[in-house]
Amino acid sequence: MAVGLTLIFGVMRVVNFAHGDMMVWGMYLAFVLATRGGVDPYVAFPLCAMALFVLGVAVQRGLVDRIVDAPHEMQILLMLGVALVLENTALLAFGPEPARVRSRLVTEPLWLGPLFIDTPRLVTFVVAIVLTLALSMFLFRTELGRLIRAAADNPYGARVIGADVGRIYAAAFGIGAACVGAAGALVSPILPFQPPTGLSLSVTSFNIVIIGGMGSLLGAFIGGLLVSVAESLGAVFLRPSLKELFSFSLLIVILLFRPAGLFGKRAS
Amino acid sequence: MSQPLLSVTGLGKRFGGLQAVKDLTFEVGEGEIVALIGPNGAGKTTAFALISGFLTPDGGRVTFVGRDLRGLAPHEVNALGLARTFQIMRPFPRLTVVRNVMIATLGRHPGVAEAERRARAVLDELGLGAKADLPAGGLTLAERKRLELARALGTEPRLLLLDEVMSGLNDAETERIVDLVRAINARGVAILLIEHVMRAVMSLAQRIVVLNYGERIAEGRPDAVANDPRVIEAYLGDEETAAAPA
Amino acid sequence: MKVAAAGVAVAVLLALPAVLNAYALTVFVLIFFYAYLGQAWNIVGGYTGQLSVGHAAFVGVGGYTAAMLAASDWAITPWAGMFVGGALAAVLGGIIGYLGFRFGLRGFYFVLLTVAFAEVCRIVVSNVDALGGALGLYITFTGNPRQFQFQDQRAYYYVALALMLLATGVAALLERRRFGIYLTAIREDEAACEALGVPTFRYKMLAMLVSSFLTGLGGTFYAFYLFSLQPNTVFGIPLSVEIIIRPIIGGAGTLLGPILGSLILTPLGEVSRAYFGQSGLHGAHLVVYGVLLIAVVLFLPQGAYPALRQLFTRKRA
Repeated sequence: MAVGLTLIFGVMRVVNFAHGDMMVWGMYLAFVLATRGGVDPYVAFPLCAMALFVLGVAVQRGLVDRIVDAPHEMQILLMLGVALVLENTALLAFGPEPARVRSRLVTEPLWLGPLFIDTPRLVTFVVAIVLTLALSMFLFRTELGRLIRAAADNPYGARVIGADVGRIYAAAFGIGAACVGAAGALVSPILPFQPPTGLSLSVTSFNIVIIGGMGSLLGAFIGGLLVSVAESLGAVFLRPSLKELFSFSLLIVILLFRPAGLFGKRAS
Repeated sequence: MSQPLLSVTGLGKRFGGLQAVKDLTFEVGEGEIVALIGPNGAGKTTAFALISGFLTPDGGRVTFVGRDLRGLAPHEVNALGLARTFQIMRPFPRLTVVRNVMIATLGRHPGVAEAERRARAVLDELGLGAKADLPAGGLTLAERKRLELARALGTEPRLLLLDEVMSGLNDAETERIVDLVRAINARGVAILLIEHVMRAVMSLAQRIVVLNYGERIAEGRPDAVANDPRVIEAYLGDEETAAAPA
Repeated sequence: MKVAAAGVAVAVLLALPAVLNAYALTVFVLIFFYAYLGQAWNIVGGYTGQLSVGHAAFVGVGGYTAAMLAASDWAITPWAGMFVGGALAAVLGGIIGYLGFRFGLRGFYFVLLTVAFAEVCRIVVSNVDALGGALGLYITFTGNPRQFQFQDQRAYYYVALALMLLATGVAALLERRRFGIYLTAIREDEAACEALGVPTFRYKMLAMLVSSFLTGLGGTFYAFYLFSLQPNTVFGIPLSVEIIIRPIIGGAGTLLGPILGSLILTPLGEVSRAYFGQSGLHGAHLVVYGVLLIAVVLFLPQGAYPALRQLFTRKRA
């Protein structure tokens, strides 16, 4: 998920409060496909990614494009509005009860000698790594990927060399949303979810991205690892309900001392 | 010259690998008009930012009215009587023109009515009186330049730092600003200006400091500087040469 | 003219309870209360342009303080406790402001800082058993005015109205003085302010302190009107959204924006909550808020009040 967020942020400098809610929509899509259509979430995730891609492009083209030149605050508020709509339409559609998707493909825990491995987590982790690699390949090896990075560095310059910036932004936003959708489908067998989960997911992903560095793909990945390690360590020593405290306190400290994250370019 | 109003000694600032300002030393006396010129990228605007407290120098010192400015915030520098304008004008676009100037006058006149009276007086002086109650966002370039000047003047400075207040203006508009600057100076306000419009510099400045690559390469009276071979060399190849000395 | 119009409006509001039924009275209490919170937020979020999305934390700190003091051995009346609560909220606001402004966090980073502080408060309070933990605090209804409780709904109406008028009065006073004029300029361009001699840090801090103090006062009303405080609701992001959405839709940085926003949104929220909530559909009012927020950002970025004013002056001209 953090990969999706950092892609959008890096390209658009548009902050996306709606990200967590998009992820929740990815989860619910997987949920609907599984319960109504009997499609396993590990099979359905490309579908969820595609659906979210369309949603992302629509939000970008229909809403964000209209105010790219408006003050930063306006974009934050716009995304807050989108987040409210997404979260609460999910609430209207699916109700407040926690939902969970069962995967029939991957259920058996794996025993490696004395080591117990939770298979759904393993599968999710592996697929996430594959997705991150694919995304990096895309960003660094393809024409569109290069244009996306160019537009992120210097929108004006990209416009000068004749790039269709609007199309690039739409593609980037869509790809970011697609990543989030795929991630949602992939974690749906692991994480029970409900509509309000979106907000806390957004907050967690901000943590990850800011700690890892805004706009850096590698940074987001490492940030993700750091936050999960911090949270699990916290859970060992403290009550589980306090583990979030760790990442929030970490976030405050990092916000204050290194606004561009550990691996990001320092904002001047 | 007795105690100078502003004295800059050995000022330096480095951005990464770029030495933007290097060992810069000069003075501005009470009531004087001094111009800071040099090719693009010579470090003039950086020098302004260092003097006015927007940047912290790596080395050297700035003394104004006998006080070391080290560690002072921009608003504290301003309170001492040193006001600056920005090269890229920064009006408060959604506030009215008179409100823009009131932000300046309120510093010395906390009462709103008095601050407004003084702001309107400054605007009248600069020929913006008719625009006072319009939003500043709608002004023309020339008007915004004058608003920038009006705001700086509203803080009642003893020294005014003007960063390219004439660039982009036509001859008539430039002439108008030159006259205004002269009138302001006549009231005893010292002026340090960065300017590319050489005709204006030559007619206004009593002394010129020439920067190149962050260093002072020449200083003196306008006619002497204009004929200085180092200055001519520094300007050669620069596109500003067309409008420059000779 | 303006004073007369304001006088008439206040007189109408004072007389209104005589003709309102119990439900309408409740809606008006909420309109006033959210207008009050919006007005308090507006000082730092609207005029000064420092977008805080953590204002719920001040409501929480204020409410918990007053409730704990009232329940303590000293049995301090909430009428006094609310000021202690406001002061503690201002301390928290001071800390957030100091860190945010000193370290130069702007835009989204400042939003995140405020959210993070509110979340830290929420989690800490949820885990402190002395504060009722995740279940929160419940206040037994005594109907004793000394306990900030009233048998008659109309009393809440007048208290909420007084709060709203107080915050509006404070904002009106600020608008006319150097303080408020500086704040609007800080919103536009901080560096230019500094160049003109405005001590921006000091004024941003003052705005934050006033805003968090007033919001903290509101916490007491919240606690003793609803008789309960739960960490997830009083410190949560949804309450912060409720606080900021009214002034933004009504017109951030305008005197009447928060009131207009609350007049539009509170009944809308209540109606959709009542209408859809009955059929078990929750969250409908938040969808409406979201759509309105998007619409305002796209079509009326200054908010409804400035747009209305423009419409009227154009008609007159």
